[in-house]
Amino acid sequence: MNQRRSFFVLTMMAFGFAFLYIPILSLIVYSFNESRLVTVWAGFSTKWYVALFHNEAVLTAARLSLKIATLNATGATILGTLAGLALARFGRFRGRAPLSAMVTAPLVMPEVITGLSLLLLFVAMEQAIGWPAGRGFTTITIAHITFSMSYVTVVVQSRLATLDESLEEAAMDLGARPAKVFFLITLPIILPAILAGWLLAFTLSWDDLVISSFVSGPGSSTLPILIFSKVRLGVSPDINALATILVLIVTTGIITAGIFMQRQQKRRERDVQQALAANL
Amino acid sequence: MAWIRALGPYRWATGRLRGWGVTGRTAVTSVPYLWLLLFFFVPFLIVLKISVSGIRLGMPPYDPLVTWAAAQVMDLRINMANYSFLWEDALYRNAYLNSLLVAGVSTVLCLLIGYPMAYGIVRTKPSMRNLLLLLVMLPFWTSFLLRVYAWIGILKNNGLINNLLMSMGVIDEPIVMLQTNFAVYLGIVYSYLPFMVLPLYTAIEKLDLSLLEAASDLGCRPTKAFFTITVPLTMTGIVAGCMLVFIPAVGEFVIPALLGAPDSLMIGRVLWEEFFNNRDWPIASAVAIAMLLLLVFPIMILQRVQGKQMESHR
Amino acid sequence: MANTRQDDRSEPWKDPGAMPYVRIDKVTKKFGDFVAVDDITLNIYRGEIFCLLGGSGCGKTTLLRVMAGFETPTAGSIWIDGVDVTAMPPYERPVNMMFQSYALFPHMTVEQNVAFGLRQDKLPKQEITERVIEMLKLVRMNQFAARRPHQLSGGQRQRVALARSLVKRPKLLLLDEPLAALDKKLREHTQFELINIQETLGVTFVVVTHDQEEAMTLASRIGVMNHGEIVQVGTPTEIYEYPVTRFVADFIGSVNMFEGSLIEDEPDYVRVESAELGGIFHVGHGVSAAPNATVWVALRPEKIHVSRERPEGNGDNRVAGVVAEIAYLGDQSIYLVRLAGGRMVRVTQPNIVRQGGGDRITWEEPVWLSWDSSSPVVVTQ
Repeated sequence: MNQRRSFFVLTMMAFGFAFLYIPILSLIVYSFNESRLVTVWAGFSTKWYVALFHNEAVLTAARLSLKIATLNATGATILGTLAGLALARFGRFRGRAPLSAMVTAPLVMPEVITGLSLLLLFVAMEQAIGWPAGRGFTTITIAHITFSMSYVTVVVQSRLATLDESLEEAAMDLGARPAKVFFLITLPIILPAILAGWLLAFTLSWDDLVISSFVSGPGSSTLPILIFSKVRLGVSPDINALATILVLIVTTGIITAGIFMQRQQKRRERDVQQALAANL
Repeated sequence: MAWIRALGPYRWATGRLRGWGVTGRTAVTSVPYLWLLLFFFVPFLIVLKISVSGIRLGMPPYDPLVTWAAAQVMDLRINMANYSFLWEDALYRNAYLNSLLVAGVSTVLCLLIGYPMAYGIVRTKPSMRNLLLLLVMLPFWTSFLLRVYAWIGILKNNGLINNLLMSMGVIDEPIVMLQTNFAVYLGIVYSYLPFMVLPLYTAIEKLDLSLLEAASDLGCRPTKAFFTITVPLTMTGIVAGCMLVFIPAVGEFVIPALLGAPDSLMIGRVLWEEFFNNRDWPIASAVAIAMLLLLVFPIMILQRVQGKQMESHR
Repeated sequence: MANTRQDDRSEPWKDPGAMPYVRIDKVTKKFGDFVAVDDITLNIYRGEIFCLLGGSGCGKTTLLRVMAGFETPTAGSIWIDGVDVTAMPPYERPVNMMFQSYALFPHMTVEQNVAFGLRQDKLPKQEITERVIEMLKLVRMNQFAARRPHQLSGGQRQRVALARSLVKRPKLLLLDEPLAALDKKLREHTQFELINIQETLGVTFVVVTHDQEEAMTLASRIGVMNHGEIVQVGTPTEIYEYPVTRFVADFIGSVNMFEGSLIEDEPDYVRVESAELGGIFHVGHGVSAAPNATVWVALRPEKIHVSRERPEGNGDNRVAGVVAEIAYLGDQSIYLVRLAGGRMVRVTQPNIVRQGGGDRITWEEPVWLSWDSSSPVVVTQ
């Protein structure tokens, strides 16, 4: 049978990708617009970028977001890797079902519920034991770790599920204790997955608006909170400039990763072809 | 490798733990377990508790559930008024129904766009496939808030679409698109499309092409083969994708807040406003619990499907 | 291998007036620059089991898929029962295929799998049920009708796949490596079952296989393929006893191949002098080649006789050597005999007498090898 994609499928693909990318492209284009009216083109200008770098509020919020995202990603990666390891490798231990449920629930929980419940916890804790005093950096970080560790768990768990367990068994057979097996065999192999989990946790924290809004206090506005308060009032060109910078950073990272993967794929295909040619 | 030598303290720690009767396994499991118990499970109990408390002025703005009325007499006051209020007030009922409607329609739209996309990506040659998958995931890595914001510039009265149509002479008056239900659907479909495409891609990729050839060989036309073979065999992906879109869409706040009309209420937005604008914590909690009840069933379906997918990986 | 099946059959391919049932006419299939099938013309007759035999990448599966309609030929046409089906999509062709992976629908029961093809034709329910039951009985799977494919063993799946492809009573059944996924014992058993079913239903089979034993057992005729071309078409006996090229001789069974030059060329015999052999072949059939041309002589290991005494007769068709290696396989033994020039010759001898006692030929013993003039075959390419 002809496995070429039909005209319909190709059209839908083109439409789908256009749908995903036109808004992002429009943000980038209009960030270089001279006019304050954003969508009316009045010539090329980089003045909104200049304005952005002199906006102290934006810079403060960005610094806070960066700090939270880094700390969150590290914490979430440690907790998530432990949970992923337990779920993928410890068989049917007691308490597996509740752990599995608690890990996957935050993935699908509407953010407003997570945010509200964590805020209520922090308030109750402050009343009961006096910690955390007020809300800000600490509470936001804890909240972010709680929901983003689930993503790390899923990434690590599915990587471990596809990893051949006999590698670990072989190491144990050769005399390595379980902890040593983890650090010598398992960890190096799943390291790319863990790194991906760290990046994912970082991004989730960096982007989060809803949960941060619940658990942040006065004077601890993260970047998304700041953007949201500005955007509610309508489009503004310096937000376009900010968006462009963020998009460019992410795109550069992803494209680098993409080229790397593409190269590996090509190399693998070439190896296979050479192996085939050698056998003919 | 130097980092292995650096594991000395780790070995010391495991030795001590074992001395206390804690095995490595328990240690590995208990850390994330305790964290989730404290920061995920306990908060729910608190929400549940506050949802049955009365409102009061002060901080925190709710009545304590349990008071010591006399020396040893415990006074438990459960206040179901919040829930009956939700049930009776048309505002909340409509918000619920509207959320379900918007999430349901958006899910179907996502499926209709996402399935051909995922199918097309699976059928491209392997080197292109990775690139296209990255393109699907890329928006997911860029700020959700900013991507929703981009639509404001496109949809508003002097925005991209209206400017374009008016300059082409198709319309004289701008079409009102921003702050309509249409804009909310558009925003949700746009934001959650990657969540639909990825599980569909995984499911379609696993489909054995010789099954489609066999169907064709036995006299089945391609369109019919799609519905009798492809769709049933990719059902896990379809269900997973639909749930991944539907569940967060029900509780969505940012999209209706930025793109929707002020009076078009979705339940996530109601919760937000009860909490931040009215400072009515008990009602907000009751809204949260009610929303959760609504989502328990879809969440269970999703967990089942994902469990299946995880197992078929092995 | 004893093959008595052809003897009691008519041989339509020998009758110049016979109408071929399937006609493959100058078919070429290219994938980009790669030519998978190279200008193949082939006639297959009604009721045949025709085997396409070749190594991996020889184009046999592509040719099968062209016949099924999954690939459109780059050039040429396919005719089935007098109808040009080249442009016909697979779902309209009177052809069914049994896939190498069986391609059973995992979400359907055995019964639903078998009924699938009939449902596409919108036959009455009653008839579908009857035909499915009849077919499941034929492959002895009727008690498994309600099972899903993953609840069946490999052999059972194979039979369901066969039933599913036969239930529509196709004019032509294509089988892609039908026995490859089965273990050796089951494979031998299933071969004969396949032949029985084919004879019961009278359907024309085209089988693709890389397994020469399978082809020899199943086929009425074999088409040996290499690099997208058909090298030789013939009955299993013809292919084995009279290979036309070195490739065919080498591919089917094992063979000792000697390079030599033609020193005598008569209509009923030829003599070939071979430096490799260190002697002369006297071959009891004529060849069409120029005098002194380089030719090759193929000699099957089981057709060589080993003895301690010098054989009688003139100096042709015999050579002296030393036993270098012996492998005992139970039913037969393999001797590797080193000739004076260093060339190794493979000889197999049936073990008629029980091993262990007696005076057997052993390692490093000088021996004479000899053969009948009807045994060697001369090939020119």
